[in-house]
Amino acid sequence: MSKTYYSPSHEYITVDGNIGYIGISDYAQKALGNVVYVDMPEQGDDIEAGEDFGAVESVKAASDLIAPVSGAVLDINEQLIDNPRLINEDPMANWIIKVEISDPSQLSELMDEEAYKAHCEAEQH
Amino acid sequence: MDELKKTCLHDRHVALGAQMSPFGGFDMPIQYEGIVEEHNAVRNSCGVFDVSHMGEVEIIGSDAEKYVNHIFSNDVSVLADGAILYGMMLNPNGGVVDDLLVYKKDINRFFLVINASNIDKDFEWICQNANGYDVEIKHLSEMLSELAVQGPKAESVMEEVLDIRCKELAFYTFKGTSYNGKDILVSRTGYTGEDGFEIYASSDIICDMWDSLMASKRVAPCGLGCRDTLRFEVGLPLYGDELGDDISPVEAGLSMFVKLDKPEFIGREVVAKQKAEGAPRKLIGLELLDRAIARHGYEVLNDADEVVGYVTTGYRGISVDKSIAAALVDTEYAVKDSELKVRIRRKTYPARVVAKKFYKKSYKK
Repeated sequence: MSKTYYSPSHEYITVDGNIGYIGISDYAQKALGNVVYVDMPEQGDDIEAGEDFGAVESVKAASDLIAPVSGAVLDINEQLIDNPRLINEDPMANWIIKVEISDPSQLSELMDEEAYKAHCEAEQH
Repeated sequence: MDELKKTCLHDRHVALGAQMSPFGGFDMPIQYEGIVEEHNAVRNSCGVFDVSHMGEVEIIGSDAEKYVNHIFSNDVSVLADGAILYGMMLNPNGGVVDDLLVYKKDINRFFLVINASNIDKDFEWICQNANGYDVEIKHLSEMLSELAVQGPKAESVMEEVLDIRCKELAFYTFKGTSYNGKDILVSRTGYTGEDGFEIYASSDIICDMWDSLMASKRVAPCGLGCRDTLRFEVGLPLYGDELGDDISPVEAGLSMFVKLDKPEFIGREVVAKQKAEGAPRKLIGLELLDRAIARHGYEVLNDADEVVGYVTTGYRGISVDKSIAAALVDTEYAVKDSELKVRIRRKTYPARVVAKKFYKKSYKK
């Protein structure tokens, strides 16, 4: 059974065992608007919880991607190279990187769906 | 930080679901439907912008012409009544206090339109340099609101929706007229590279016009997001990006708006020297060979990975489907078709030096 967690900076991670799929939330894609470029790490790169591992660029601005957990990049979503707008169309289906989670205890620092909803509402004032 | 100011149309923007964001001290709409849709509306049809955040100052008196020429890089002495000039106010170091439009009402009356972010600085500057000139300086920013109606269909929208005669209004000219019995000022100007008009009036009139334009369904409400992508593609500068207190108009490639045949104006010495001998830096266009986007402030590097300048504005072009940027670089690197690099986060990306006008203007001249 997979479970999805969210970070305060609007990344999600859908976890299945020690494998995680990281992308940006629907709230984040809406706030960004038309995504025109996704800057992704390379397969084999390590990511560090709390540090940026790439960026999503809309017409307006670049928004750093912050790793919700530490781990190793197993795969990147290559479809996003030529078709970054997939993130607008379905951000949950179109994860950005697939990682092997090195410290599953870091997940407890993240929000579940309900807590994240409240977080977004608070952000909208 | 002072509290954010609101334009008279603020409630309407919020009701339309606009994404609001601070700009130049005002809470302004960045986008309604989306930057791309709004950008294309202006390129292909017609869009309307609330630009009430812009500042307006009037200079009146027997020394008005002489004084405007003292603080302005362009030459208003050649200007006909009812005509407009673009130019800059310079500081003594040749840097730009602000870029602005000067409307000549008559030889004793000039109307200056300045950037929102510089209103206080400009007004102080205009007042403090006026010693010895017989002029009265009127700050009109709080009294005037402004709309920009832009795009190839702007003329028909002005005529048919707002019932304002403007077919005969030539590019960079203006006229006073009335709307619902109240005085307004209309000019054939804009900041998008398309044909269009700017209307200055009191807030009640601007609100009425906005409502008529929205009700007509012939005009897309447009935010500052696409205003920036539109102006950038046609190479128009934005103060704070391509222009600043420490950037001269010669560096920014705006020499044509600096008239050295005028005997005197603030900053003349420095820009005269730069025009004759060349400026230390130059604004260039960059076309990235990758999809990555070069944003304001990113470093520009040479072959040896030395920093030779920085990006002033960068976008994934909307009318030009490429990753494009403007950058201020050491003059020796401003060589067309040569290759430089831009540092974007962890990596550097190759970029080709190109003309900074990425898209052709379609003014009606």
